[in-house]
Amino acid sequence: MQHRPDGGTKAVISREALQQLIEALSAENCRVLGPTVRDGAIVYDEIAQVGNLPAGWTDRQEAGRYHLERREDDALFGFAVGPQSWKQFLHPPVETLWTARQGDDGISIATDRSETPIFAFIGVRACELHAIAIQDRVFLDGPYRDVTYGMRRQDAFIVAVNCGNAAATCFCASMGTGPKVDAGFDLALTELIDATRHEFVVEVGSEAGGDLLDRLPHRPAANADLLAAEAVIARTQSAMGRRLETDGLKELLQANLNHPRWDEVAARCLACGNCTSVCPTCFCTTVEDHSDLMGSSAERIRKWDSCFTLDFSYLHGGSVRTTASSRYRQWMTHKLASWIDQFGTSGCVGCGRCITWCPVGIDITAEAAAIRATPQSRKGEPHGGT
Amino acid sequence: MVPESVSAAASLPDPFVPQIYRVGRLRRELHDTVTLELAPSAGRRPAFRPGQFNMLYVFGVGEIAVSLSGDSTDETHFVHTVRDVGAVSKAITELGTGATIGLRGPFGVGWPVEAAEGSDVVLVAGGLGLAPLRPAIYHILANRVRYGRVVILFGSRNPHDMLYRHELEEWRQHLDISIEVTVDHAEADWHGNVGVVPALIPRATFDRHNTIALVCGPEVMMRYSASALAEAGVPPERIYLSMERNMKCAIGLCGHCQFGPTFICKDGPVMQFARIAKIFAIREV
Repeated sequence: MQHRPDGGTKAVISREALQQLIEALSAENCRVLGPTVRDGAIVYDEIAQVGNLPAGWTDRQEAGRYHLERREDDALFGFAVGPQSWKQFLHPPVETLWTARQGDDGISIATDRSETPIFAFIGVRACELHAIAIQDRVFLDGPYRDVTYGMRRQDAFIVAVNCGNAAATCFCASMGTGPKVDAGFDLALTELIDATRHEFVVEVGSEAGGDLLDRLPHRPAANADLLAAEAVIARTQSAMGRRLETDGLKELLQANLNHPRWDEVAARCLACGNCTSVCPTCFCTTVEDHSDLMGSSAERIRKWDSCFTLDFSYLHGGSVRTTASSRYRQWMTHKLASWIDQFGTSGCVGCGRCITWCPVGIDITAEAAAIRATPQSRKGEPHGGT
Repeated sequence: MVPESVSAAASLPDPFVPQIYRVGRLRRELHDTVTLELAPSAGRRPAFRPGQFNMLYVFGVGEIAVSLSGDSTDETHFVHTVRDVGAVSKAITELGTGATIGLRGPFGVGWPVEAAEGSDVVLVAGGLGLAPLRPAIYHILANRVRYGRVVILFGSRNPHDMLYRHELEEWRQHLDISIEVTVDHAEADWHGNVGVVPALIPRATFDRHNTIALVCGPEVMMRYSASALAEAGVPPERIYLSMERNMKCAIGLCGHCQFGPTFICKDGPVMQFARIAKIFAIREV
């Protein structure tokens, strides 16, 4: 095998070896998850074989629009990103935190951690690796740690993919989060497909990844293979459909909390929360308490929540953020500005999902650019609320 | 591939899981407000600092954030003063002695009672806002010699719904504490101040160059109190407010209590006014 100082071991595997990779992970009791076509979209679901992957499909995305098209080849990863992210597995939409029982001597509370799955993710994009790293910071690096997130996360095996396609809504290049995967994976694939071959350059990112590669048929990557892989990434980089100017963006937004653009975007925003659902870093949750009809047991459920709901900021007497403009402002300034204060990183990875899945096509890059184009004075009048 | 912090976290106790506490003595403060003593069903009561809060869970109903209102040196139980304003707070006010309750905490950043040593201390409270300040008052009274002038300014809706009235009268017996009380509305039999609590600030006696102000109450009351204190010459970095926002987790993970770049649950609830003054002036943050 060939070693390069700027990365791990690199090898080349065939489509058949990818099948063996899936089988090997399944044999280790992993829940193997990857992209597959369902309901006219590419979603992440159980993968038993290579045939479950979206061979020959690609996605066309624009603000508020998404559809699948056939490709001219049988590429397995020839698309950008779909509506879902790996967040749904590591930070599930609904989770039981604990169960309480009412006994003769009062209540008792217990947790059940027996069902924690071991995940293997196939086809994690560079932006998504960054999103996972951001959620790691949110859930694991603070004074309190999210124990169940940590349990799901610690055993997850990650097979990344360097993107061969950029959607019109993609802007990872300007966020510094892609399209090339740089860290946080066990194995990383680059798909090489043309009239003469269909192979994958594999980069090893961890010991577990190296061990698995050793069990698959592979050959050392030749220089021509590596050049071909780099060409794939370079092509994707240059095809990036959008960009977000991040220079000074945090300070710009935080100095423009009374900018009239917030009211303009609120006139279009439905406050539906789609952007927060599809965002791979949005982490907000609420809780619900349920009890059985006998009143003898109760459980506490944690669910994804959205800062676009009126309920999100409710205090006795009313909600803090009653207007859509204040809620859009909260979402975007959190994502692009205060996230940096809180976690030392932007909350945006440039995946473009919030643009594609916004029913009215609100574009975060355009909203940020609009404020940049017309910055208001720091001492703006308090919000008129008109 | 998994960073080290990931594997380290999985073995820690789960901060989402409440501990079981038992309700001890109860005291009905007002028609809608109850003070409860809560003792751990096992082990010792954790230490707390004046200004911190706990998350209280009532079986099958839900969980809310409630400030500690008792004496931090009493190690046998937590004390909370709860007003019935919602489903969970109502259920808490209806608990009887001996009932069990889930409790997580204490959480958050408290009042700067140590940093205030050597200074005059002005405590400004509105309504139930006196409850989170009471542990600071106990601490200051127990360590009276370490502080300069102590001024308590308290605003209540009316003379009948005055929280801790008996204790206010007791504290007033101290010759080295100044207490001024005002009410929003009163009948003819009230001969005290009528008006909002920030109006008491210009009339209070304290050394504006060496004062720490602790403010707790409804947000609008804190807004005007902070302005009045600043106008009286107290620098914004010596004014502290106890902020309130919707809270679900209390540990910085649910996102609800964000106030600009801060999480009220872990960066507060007690916040230095200088730190938040800019966003405090903006609506609906």
